[in-house]
Amino acid sequence: MTGVSDPIIEVTNLDKFYGDFHALKDVNLTVHQGEKMVICGPSGSGKSTLIRCFNGLEWHNSGQLVIDGVEVHEQSKDMRRLRQEVGMVFQQFNLFPHLTVLENLMIGPMKVRRQGRAQAEATARKYLDRVHIPEQADKYPAQLSGGQQQRVAIARSLCMETRIMLFDEPTSALDPEMINEVLDVMVELAQSGMTMVVVTHEMGFARKVADTMVFMEAGEIVEVSPPDRFFTNPSSERCRLFLDQILEH
Amino acid sequence: MSAPDLSGLRGQPLPQRPAFQRFLSSTGVSVAIYFAVMGLIIYGSFTGAQNMGYNWQWHRVPQFLYSFTDDGFQLGEIFHGLLATIQLSATAFALAVALGLLVALLRLSGLVMGTAVSIGFLELIRNIPLLVLLYLFYYVLGPIFGFDRYWASILTLAVFHSALISEIFRAGINAVDKGQWEAAKSIGMTTGQTYRYIILPQSVRFMLPPMTGEAVHLIKSSAIVSVIAVAELTTIGRNIISDTFMSFEIWFTVAAVYMVVTLILSVGVSYLERRYAVDQ
Repeated sequence: MTGVSDPIIEVTNLDKFYGDFHALKDVNLTVHQGEKMVICGPSGSGKSTLIRCFNGLEWHNSGQLVIDGVEVHEQSKDMRRLRQEVGMVFQQFNLFPHLTVLENLMIGPMKVRRQGRAQAEATARKYLDRVHIPEQADKYPAQLSGGQQQRVAIARSLCMETRIMLFDEPTSALDPEMINEVLDVMVELAQSGMTMVVVTHEMGFARKVADTMVFMEAGEIVEVSPPDRFFTNPSSERCRLFLDQILEH
Repeated sequence: MSAPDLSGLRGQPLPQRPAFQRFLSSTGVSVAIYFAVMGLIIYGSFTGAQNMGYNWQWHRVPQFLYSFTDDGFQLGEIFHGLLATIQLSATAFALAVALGLLVALLRLSGLVMGTAVSIGFLELIRNIPLLVLLYLFYYVLGPIFGFDRYWASILTLAVFHSALISEIFRAGINAVDKGQWEAAKSIGMTTGQTYRYIILPQSVRFMLPPMTGEAVHLIKSSAIVSVIAVAELTTIGRNIISDTFMSFEIWFTVAAVYMVVTLILSVGVSYLERRYAVDQ
């Protein structure tokens, strides 16, 4: 991270329950403007739940979550405006299968931001260029490979001119040979200064771009540290064990 | 169909069905059995009608379908009845779709009263016979709210079929992946925008076949409005019979006309469906 900047996501004493299941336990976390944060941890540790709270796909039960100066909770009137600032890339891409690639990118700006068709199309083509698939504009999602679909999904979020991008295991549903094309786009995005919170097990990517590494287990944040310390000398034993397991090969 | 040449194979041949079963299920034999049975049924009805002394007058039927006069080609009474049936059914179907969508959205709204109202409506409609519903609309609600027999028929059909149509909508909407909702939400769409631009266009694919079935069903059940003498195909058929006493010929003709219309509808929609499938 370059210098100290303003916090853009502030999580304070956050708790989340699914019925009796305590999914997030007293989570405290701060993400600064322009920061790249990578969250890892075993499955079921609450990583996805946490970032899904950041754009209101899940609601926390207690504690405080402030994003870009707006307090996020179920009754908040600003959620729609906030979602336009916070983009999300899903594990399963979730492209709109009945729309072409270009229409997938244009529908948000046109219907939510009320932009004209020409402006929306110009933006869409710009971001398709940035994810390196301008030639796929008129195809339907099902005609693309998984890696291409995920890059379209990234472009769809970018078209909303978001200030924060959340990635929920963006490469977990991809065939191995397509992972790098998606990670490359994410690295370029990181270099452009976007604030990113990424849930992933791609440790090579984490080493390359992360400013902060977070390790979660059983709904708790166990470790928050810069990558050089995180990978060489993590302070918690649980984190060390986890890293040993996923870095073995 | 000749037996394949097995001489080059080294494995044991697998056991076959007994020869008599193979004979019965061969194409030639099953076609022959079909024609024999159908022939018997037709012969039986024909001789039965003959024994009743029924006087077949098929040559008098075409004038009710079409005629040539000095003014040229004219559609006959049956066709005017058919047009009335189509108009009645189309209006009722459009209303049924609108009402069905409303009931389905209420059911899916997550509001306690919304769900209760829609389930109450479904159970009420499902458990009243169509004929009784028609009498209710014509003899009770008609005088109260001041609508005539034509609108009583349309409303009866619309309300009756909206119950099933709402279930078709609900199933179609639920068949769309949950991730689509999340994606639409994450780019800031409202619930209304998500339904309109994302969910409903995708549910069409799931809803088209059962909707067609329901449209066919509605056209057929529209015949019931002849009991309150709305001038449609069945009523016209009955009127012609009371003038000409050709009940066998006219009922056969009316049945055939219904069949042609609903078959055209089904074939047309399955063509549409195939076009739609290619786009996805």
